[in-house]
This record gives sequence, C-alpha cells and structure tokens, in this order.
Amino acid sequence: MLNKYLAFPLAFCALVSSALAANHVVEQKGKAFSVKSLNVKVGDSVEFVNADPFNHNVFSLSDIKTFDLGSYPQGQSKKVVFDKAGQAEVECAIHPDMILKVEVSE
Amino acid sequence: MNKLKNILTACAIAVAGSVGAAGPAELLAHADDMTWLLPGVPYPTENAPTPERVELGKKLFFDPRLSADNSVSCATCHNPVLGWADGRATAKSIQGKDLQRASPTIVNAAFNSIQMWDGRKKSLEDQAMGPMESMVEMAMNLNRLFAWLKSDADYAAAFAAAYPGEAIDDKTVSKAIASFERTVISNNSPFDRWLRGDANAMSASQIRGFRLFTDENKGNCAVCHQAPNFTDNGFHNLGLPSYGAPEPDVGRYAIKPIAVLKGAFKTPTLREVARTAPYFHDGSAKSLMEVVEHYNKGGVVRKDISPEMRELGLSQQEMQDIVAFMQALTSPQINLALPELPY
Ligand code: HEC
Ligand code: HEC
Ligand SMILES: [Cu+2]
Repeated sequence: MLNKYLAFPLAFCALVSSALAANHVVEQKGKAFSVKSLNVKVGDSVEFVNADPFNHNVFSLSDIKTFDLGSYPQGQSKKVVFDKAGQAEVECAIHPDMILKVEVSE
Repeated sequence: MNKLKNILTACAIAVAGSVGAAGPAELLAHADDMTWLLPGVPYPTENAPTPERVELGKKLFFDPRLSADNSVSCATCHNPVLGWADGRATAKSIQGKDLQRASPTIVNAAFNSIQMWDGRKKSLEDQAMGPMESMVEMAMNLNRLFAWLKSDADYAAAFAAAYPGEAIDDKTVSKAIASFERTVISNNSPFDRWLRGDANAMSASQIRGFRLFTDENKGNCAVCHQAPNFTDNGFHNLGLPSYGAPEPDVGRYAIKPIAVLKGAFKTPTLREVARTAPYFHDGSAKSLMEVVEHYNKGGVVRKDISPEMRELGLSQQEMQDIVAFMQALTSPQINLALPELPY
C-alpha cells in the first residue's frame, strides 16, 4: 500500500533531479584519466569513455560510493551517478597508476 | 668442393636479396619507436643515490648474515649470474622451504611503479624489509639484525657515511638496498643500440620480431608489455594451466577484491628475459618459445582470462621471430665488483 503512494513522488523526484543533474565525461587515454580530479554536484553522473586500444576497468571502494564497472574496450563508455556528498577515489584495477579524485558537493 | 662453393654463393645472394627486398628503411628504427628508450632511473627525493648509499646497499644485498641462519641473502634468489633471478620454477629458501611463486628479476625494477607479482608493495624501499621478516624467506629477527649492524664497526661506519645523522633501522636498511637496486639496469641491449641508430645491432629476424611484438593484429604483446620497460605496471590473467587447479593462486585479487583481478599477476619487464627461464609466476613455461606458444593459443584456462588474450594465428616463423626479438633484450653483464663484506 505504502509503496503505491510513495512510488509516484519518488519517480517524480528522480525525474526532476536527473533533469537538473549534469553528466561529466572523463576519457581513459594513454593509461590515464583525462583529468586528475573532478568537482561534481550530488546527483551528477560521470561517464567514463575508453579511448585506448585496450581494456580499462573503473571501480571505487570509497565511503560515499562503491562500484565496479568491469572492463570494457575502446569506444565504449559506462556511467556512474554520485548520490552522496564527499570524496571518492576512482581507479582502474588493471592499471593502478590510473587514479581520479571526485569531489562531490551538495 | 667447387659445387658447394657455388651453392653457398647462391645462398648468400639469396639472403642479401631478401634483405634488400625488405628495404633498408624497414630495418631502421622509426621516430615513434623512440618511446622504447628508457629514461634516466627515477628515485624518491628523500633517497637520492650516492656512491656511499649504493655501496652499503650492495653489501646488504649480498650478505647472508641478514638471514636467521646466515644461509640466505637477497642474491640467493636474485642472483646476478642468473639474470638477477634464481633459475628455479618457484623460489626455494631458508632450510629448503618452497615458496609458491617464482623469483622475478630485479633488473629495471627501479622503473616499476608497483612491486611484486601481486603488487602488494609500492616501491623498492617498501619492498626491501619484506624478505628479511618473512619466515619462509630469510626469517630474520629484525631487532637482532639492527643490533648486530650497529655493533659492527664497518657497517656502522658505512651507515654513517651513507645516511649521516640517521639511525640504523628499517628505514636506512631499505633505502640503502633500494639505492643499490637502482643500479641494476639493463639499457644497452642490441635492441637499445638499434633504437639509438645502429641498424646492424639486431638481425632481420629480430627486427621482424619487434614489429610482430607491437602489431595489434599480430603478436599484440605491447598492449601489456608497454614502452619503455616492457610493462604497463598492470595486472592480467593469462589463462595459465595452473589457474585450473581447485584452489588456484588468485594473485592481485587477494590484495584488491575486484572481479577483473581474479588470477591476475603483474606484467613483468622483458629486459634480460633470455637469462631468466623458466617463465611466469608459477615457472610453468620452460622456454621463451613455450611462452609464445601459450599466447598463440590464446591461453589455456578461459575462466577470468584477460580480454586482451585471443588466438593469434602466428606461423612458426613468426613465433621464432618474436623469440629472437626477446633475445635481443639482453645487455652485456654489468661490471659488478664484489662487495667488501664486513667480517
Ligand atoms: C627465497 C628467495 C628470495 C629471497 C631470499 C629474496 N627474494 Fe625477492 N623475491 C622473491 C620472490 C619469490 C618474489 C616474488 C614474490 C611475490 O610476488 O609474491 C620476489 C620479489 C622481489 C622484488 C619485486 C620485483 C618485481 O618486479 O616486482 C624485489 C625488488 C625483490 N624481491 C628484492 C629482494 C631483496 C632486496 C631481497 C633481500 C632483502 C630479496 N628480494 C630476497 C624471492 C626472494
Ligand atoms: C594481457 C596482457 C599481456 C599480453 C597481451 C602479453 N603479455 Fe606477456 N605477460 C603478461 C603478464 C601479466 C605476465 C605474467 C603472468 C603470470 O606469470 O601469471 C606475462 C609474462 C610474460 C613472459 C614471462 C616473463 C617472466 O619473467 O616470467 C614473457 C616472456 C612474455 N610475457 C612475453 C610476451 C609476448 C612475447 C607476448 C606477445 C605474444 C605477450 N607477452 C603478451 C601480460 C601480457
Ligand atoms: Cu586501465
């Protein structure tokens, strides 16, 4: 019962926030992220585009966000939404030299 | 006799002809091959190498008294006459205990941004105390070690000269060993000389091997064994047969539990590789040809295998060329004066 009443406002909020949220594109190129650090707002997404002729992985085990996008080849991209404020360290498990700091603010 | 001479002449002409057909330009290094030339050796600002530091590190590296029963030094498993490895499939140590993995070479380890097969150590400084503490390697009681180094007049003087005003402890011991390791460098192989403009430093087969090595549609080796030190400092599962065991060595995954790291090990340098058989972290390949055959099959155990691994379809000749190229990565032995150990 409760679910039914909550469903609409939740979906609505999600819609509004996704309309306001920005998408930041980060490239993986030359075995590095195209930027070393990134400032985003809560609800923004970051899209990781692999521009190298080999596979990269993207993961984070940070307090505000834990994810593992697996590995994918050149030309493909995957997106992550940062839904909590704080700092996240995003890495490539295959190439530990690849590190990106994401600062998520309200 | 005359007939033989004629045949030999014909052969010589044929060989010369085939080289000529390739064209002299194809035998020369291109501008974009220069990414393979090694830069100067990097070092941390707090441990710039000096002759005193290198000399002290060399003593420590070769001194078996750094182990519990005076039987094992770093050089036992990283032996200069065996390409700074040990020639064994997996390492053997104090009182004959077997280690699970092969001893890697320490040649050009100075260029690694991460150390060990599973990357559990960051730098050479980080790594150096590990073997002494490890019960299966040198099993040394460190308090006893530092007390002995301090009580020995020669060692005390060597530490004072290398690190004036600093204590004799884990920091200075590891900094000295790391400084010595930064002198164990291979950068004068036929390949290096070829890159620097000596067109005859590599044979035609070795040059073909280099092109196959870097060609994404052929050997595809450089996707992981990247310029300049033949490593991406990255981790990959090559589908070795041992990964099919019921409880295989999971490698990097034990350090970082991310799915792509299951059974993944660090890409080793290939400089001096001809001197360090057998190959792989489990010592399972006896020769460079066996290694290339493994890649040509696209690996054996497909579970968790790296997406860069695929059947290559290389001919026997192409595989031989790649092996010949790896044999061109051997520098002349460095001129290593024996260290004067305090006694
Ligand atoms: C019993 C044999 C043994 C002894 C003794 C030993 N090592 Fe090793 N060494 C190994 C093995 C095996 C590995 C790889 C282990 C792993 O990755 O799990 C290794 C790894 C290393 C690496 C990392 C190289 C790379 O490319 O990742 C360095 C550097 C190194 N050892 C230096 C030393 C130093 C310095 C000492 C002496 C203080 C020493 N070793 C003593 C067997 C030995
Ligand atoms: C997917 C990345 C990748 C590709 C592609 C690749 N290698 Fe490797 N190579 C590695 C890794 C990782 C290891 C260590 C693996 C292990 O022991 O589990 C290794 C080990 C080796 C070794 C053994 C070195 C030693 O000291 O034990 C040789 C030789 C070698 N590779 C040559 C080649 C050649 C030649 C090719 C191309 C035909 C190639 N590699 C392609 C990643 C790669
Ligand atoms: Cu990567």
